[in-house]
Amino acid sequence: MIKRFIYSQKVAPYVFILPFVLVFAIFWAYPLLDSFQMSFQKVALGQESSWVGFSNYEKLLSDKVFLKALLNSFAYMLLTLVILIPFPLLFAVLINSKLMWGKEFFKASFFFPALTSVVVAGTIFRLMFGEMEGSLINSFLGLFGIDPVKFLKGQVTGFIALLALATWRWTGVNMLYFLSGLKNIPDDYYEAAAIDGASKLQQFFKITVPLLKPTSIYVVTISIYAGLAMFIESMMLWNGNNSPKNIGLTIVGYLYRQGIEKNNLGYAAAVGIVLLAITMIINVTQLSLSGMFKKEDQSS
Amino acid sequence: MMKKWLSLGLVLSLVMLLVACSGGNSGSSGGTESVIDGGAGENATELSYWTFVELHGQHFEKMLTKWNAEFPDRQIKLNVSVMPYDDMHNKLSIALQTGVGAPDISDIELGKFPDFLEGTPQLEPLNDVIDPYRDTLVESRINIYSKDGQNYGAPTHVGASVAFYNVEVLKEAGVDYQDIVTWEDFKAAGIKVYEATGKNMGTADTSALWQVSQLLAQQGTDLTDENGTPQVNTPEAIRALEMLKDLQENNVISTIAGGQPDTEEAYGEYNSGNFVSAFMPLWFMSRYVNYMGDLSGKIAIAPIPVLEEGMPASVGGGGTGTVVTKTAKDVQLAKDFLAYAKLTEDANIEIWNTLGFDPVNMGVWDMKDVTHNPDNAFVKYFVNNPFDVLHEIRDEIQMIKSTSASPTINNVLGTITLNEIFEDGRDVTEALNDAQAQIEQELQ
Repeated sequence: MIKRFIYSQKVAPYVFILPFVLVFAIFWAYPLLDSFQMSFQKVALGQESSWVGFSNYEKLLSDKVFLKALLNSFAYMLLTLVILIPFPLLFAVLINSKLMWGKEFFKASFFFPALTSVVVAGTIFRLMFGEMEGSLINSFLGLFGIDPVKFLKGQVTGFIALLALATWRWTGVNMLYFLSGLKNIPDDYYEAAAIDGASKLQQFFKITVPLLKPTSIYVVTISIYAGLAMFIESMMLWNGNNSPKNIGLTIVGYLYRQGIEKNNLGYAAAVGIVLLAITMIINVTQLSLSGMFKKEDQSS
Repeated sequence: MMKKWLSLGLVLSLVMLLVACSGGNSGSSGGTESVIDGGAGENATELSYWTFVELHGQHFEKMLTKWNAEFPDRQIKLNVSVMPYDDMHNKLSIALQTGVGAPDISDIELGKFPDFLEGTPQLEPLNDVIDPYRDTLVESRINIYSKDGQNYGAPTHVGASVAFYNVEVLKEAGVDYQDIVTWEDFKAAGIKVYEATGKNMGTADTSALWQVSQLLAQQGTDLTDENGTPQVNTPEAIRALEMLKDLQENNVISTIAGGQPDTEEAYGEYNSGNFVSAFMPLWFMSRYVNYMGDLSGKIAIAPIPVLEEGMPASVGGGGTGTVVTKTAKDVQLAKDFLAYAKLTEDANIEIWNTLGFDPVNMGVWDMKDVTHNPDNAFVKYFVNNPFDVLHEIRDEIQMIKSTSASPTINNVLGTITLNEIFEDGRDVTEALNDAQAQIEQELQ
């Protein structure tokens, strides 16, 4: 009986996907539904939850700090896209080039930062961008006669520090994605193009970029998500979730502040649902614009 | 075959990476845990204690040894966990909310205490164990950890705020700190110091409210009205901050790395003599002794200057209430031990000896052999004896109300408003009006 069950061709697939379905249901679907429910409630320490209708969402709309967090997350997401797509692509092409020496060394050193803990990296960057004369960046600026800058107290300078951290940490990862994409492009195409008289630049834009499209879509998608969901980097850089004038506050940071620090879980759930909605809208738009949802035969 | 080995290697390295990551994460919480037995026997009850100040654990260790010797049939082993400030309060909040994983005894900082009193507090009232000592303790320090007549926290100190001056730098500029009585005197002295040495007399705090509280207390008010509703744009608050801004414009005070004196960056600035004075609660002494060794023998303690002569010169600042949670293994044992370790006269003497705090049992303030003990590390470090100053101001120590609105007020002023005023030079009245609106909106 058991044997027949296991060897059954109809049942087997379901057995194989069961672990995923269970994990998905327990750690994703259930919490999601639960926070959706919580976002319509007032939930606080040691109290019964009570239904409050849409009031959490109404409050969000006029919440200046939430809007600030939204703006910060968006700016961070866009700026990381601007930096972390073209540059890793460029580095990948360079490293993939036959003329390049020391490939493995560069690959390893670009990837290395991704192996460090964000916590450690954030702390080191905080010290580097400290406002004292003796901090690394300020003593470097001092060589050029520039006065010490209070990096972590200004909006623009704060973002410079944040982006420096992100760039240092993620360039190598994105570069590896692009490298693996490049490996799949046969050399014949470039040879054929070269014979037809295409310049290196033309080859890059007419062959490399189009054939890297699946990789690029993947990298853009995860970058959008990672940008909007960023939290620990900011928390570590400012040594806590409360940056001066909230210059480093992100959506998830605000969720954490409301839910954990202020014990206002219902409101925090609403923040989370809004974040989910925004991320979904952007990613789905982006994916459908780039043709991900078209059927295979149509897109080729 | 080769491929198989390759993929195995890949899987292995991935696993190692994951392990490395999780290792890094657990290290990041910065928590340390240790069980102190204080000479307890085999039958001792093990109680857990959370704190965010490592030194508090040392005090409990001393008191535990005494307790175990005195009550052999009620011996205790204490499992002490030290965690970073935010971390500890967040974890405690979640543990109490879910009813799982909370310690038996925990420290809660004054600024966070109202959060734990909301709704039905998940803490045990301590009235019955406080009662025997009530007459000896400063009442207002018990009341700040109370709700509806129930006392939930055992206080640690009075936290009387005083001025700390670096006399070496003052001497260089020809200023005598004992002549500074009003803020006008302070300003004149500061200008002199800046001209002579290029150093700032004091700090313009952007991330903490010590200064604001002190200046409001002098005018007999604080950041909430008698009903506990926020009032941050009062004429008194505007006067206080405009005075500070005027000092900043005259280079008497300036912003400090870290945003306030009680941060690691600021300790460094003080230690290298870049800032001459700090106006902080008395417990700031322990920071000098522990983190600013270079200043030993150079720091004098004095009353804080007043806006007008005759105004009270001090306010109780900061504080830690130690609580017993509802989920404690043995509530009565935890409560009795807590009272023994923090409220008895002996405990109060040890709080001064080990921690350098001004004990809530003011009787200790009069014990000359304790307060002027020449072997005490704090007595040795400072130019004058802290208790001489405390006696001078003991009848003037004001109290700041801590209400359910306080965490929000502290957050808005400490992250937004003070930064706008001292870093961006924003108009004081405008900034405070915005802060009031923001706080009201957040508390809706």
